[in-house]
Amino acid sequence: MAVALEREAEAATLEVAASAAVHTVDLGKRYGAITALAGLSMTVPRGEVFGFLGPNGAGKTTAVKLLVGLARPTSGEAWVLGAPIGDRETRRRIGYLPELFRYQDWLTAREALALHAELAGLPRAVRMDEVVSALATVGLAARGDDRVGTFSKGMQQRLGLGASLLGKPELVLLDEPTSALDPVGRHDVREIIRALKARGTTVFLNSHLLSEVEQVCDRVAIVNEGHVVAMGTMDDVLGAASSVRLRVTGLDAPAIAGLRHYGDLATEAGWLTIRGIDAEAVPDLVDAIVRLGGRVYAVEPRHQTLEDRFLQLLERPADAPVDHRPTDPA
Amino acid sequence: MPLWTIARLTLREVARRRLVVTVFILTAVVLGATAWFFWKAPSFACSNCSTAELYAGVSVLLILVMYMFSFVIALGAVFLAAPIISGDVESGVAQAMLPRPIRRSDFVLGKWLGLAGMLVLYTVVACGLELAIVQLTTGYAPPHAARTVAYLCGEAVVVLTAGLLGSTRMAAMTVGITVAALYGLTWILGILGAVGSALGKPAMTHIGTVSSLILPSDALWRGAIYNLEPAAILAMLTSGPKGAAAANSVFAVAAPPTSAFIVWVALWLAAMLALCVYSFERREL
Repeated sequence: MAVALEREAEAATLEVAASAAVHTVDLGKRYGAITALAGLSMTVPRGEVFGFLGPNGAGKTTAVKLLVGLARPTSGEAWVLGAPIGDRETRRRIGYLPELFRYQDWLTAREALALHAELAGLPRAVRMDEVVSALATVGLAARGDDRVGTFSKGMQQRLGLGASLLGKPELVLLDEPTSALDPVGRHDVREIIRALKARGTTVFLNSHLLSEVEQVCDRVAIVNEGHVVAMGTMDDVLGAASSVRLRVTGLDAPAIAGLRHYGDLATEAGWLTIRGIDAEAVPDLVDAIVRLGGRVYAVEPRHQTLEDRFLQLLERPADAPVDHRPTDPA
Repeated sequence: MPLWTIARLTLREVARRRLVVTVFILTAVVLGATAWFFWKAPSFACSNCSTAELYAGVSVLLILVMYMFSFVIALGAVFLAAPIISGDVESGVAQAMLPRPIRRSDFVLGKWLGLAGMLVLYTVVACGLELAIVQLTTGYAPPHAARTVAYLCGEAVVVLTAGLLGSTRMAAMTVGITVAALYGLTWILGILGAVGSALGKPAMTHIGTVSSLILPSDALWRGAIYNLEPAAILAMLTSGPKGAAAANSVFAVAAPPTSAFIVWVALWLAAMLALCVYSFERREL
């Protein structure tokens, strides 16, 4: 009986592993006495943009290195695009932007991409087209003949992103793709990720920039100290319940009390906050306020931000200083 | 084939560095200087010498000049090999390339192939030109010029392979110092072994043999010397007084490497390359 159940569980795992873009079961990595990743279990569905979040040292980069075969797991199992990790043929269908990398600084950008197109096993006939299109996508078309050694850190990152797009891979793993980019570059990367999603590519985005993940990801996993502490769609992780904040004048206390059935009310210096309101009920609320004689100057739906949730999951007070907060130079 | 892609990339990398231009200029200077020297040699040393005496002198000088080439080629192999993998790992070049659908063995062997090709090409051209210059200026040709060059190529590839193995695990500087020191050590132990065999001291001979089995670079250089020696020198070494052979052990060799040793070198190279691949496959990046 137990054996049968075990087999059934194993068959179920393999089924998920075959259909998911990435599936890991208790994936772990120890370097000597240091545990870099402890029992990571997650499933990344195909065609989605998946955000992999965590503070520095949480094991994000280690996890990606295990997925692309740069390091070997010390425990657990994982599948990428239906094949066990480390499978060489599968790597043809994966694009990867490492966190720390360089291209040969004596090559031009075009030559570096041509080299990667060749290593990726792309047919000779399409290589040059792929290189030209990758350069254009990451905004380096005009710098294609300049040597990589003359590129700034941000341009190198753009080039790396271009290399990860060569050959239209089914899965693109991006490890901190915007760490060296200015706000324009970050915007470009978001657009590239959206375009990848539109053509059905799965994107695995490693980042500590929460605002960025929030803007592009369908699904997130939050890792801390090598474990997943939360995983699901944005709504799952952030909690569906939202609140709305309105700047309203012309309502007296009884009128405000009459709005009680929309949610928990709080008033503060001309602002009315209603917690636990369903997003669909917000227009009705505004309508009700207007009918009661109120004048509405502002309506701000307040979603719990990923950052709030992140800090909450890591059990830190939201206002405590933390070193992994987004550090926008702007 | 990723193997050829990496080999070509390695050749291009070496060729695009200033190294090649520098070595090219230095080699041209050395070839020019030795051409002048061998052209003037008869008037310096023995204007009334017989051809046999002249050739005896030129053959000894040629061994010294070839020793310089051997040294330069071996050190060149160390410098080329030391950073060849560790440099790519430190800079992050390897982390970008290896997730591609290539084997680690393609990466390691491709680099070896590129560097070995470069070293062999340099050895053949530089030593070939030197031998041609000597023949043109003095009329002397060593007995087995082609074999000499082949042994020097073997020496370069052996040192390169030792450096490559180090480079799969250690930083470039560490590899460079270690392999250069080993190369020097086996050179000294090789001389010790040669003195031992000239004087009939088996213990000394064994030390030389063991060191030549661990790192065969010096034994291959000795193969090159043997093939540069004219009959007169060989006769002196084999049938002259023991002391003469012993005293000349640094730059004179009485017997060629055995065919068993040549087989050993081939096996050594194969085993070392397998070890390079094994070592890098197990490296976590």
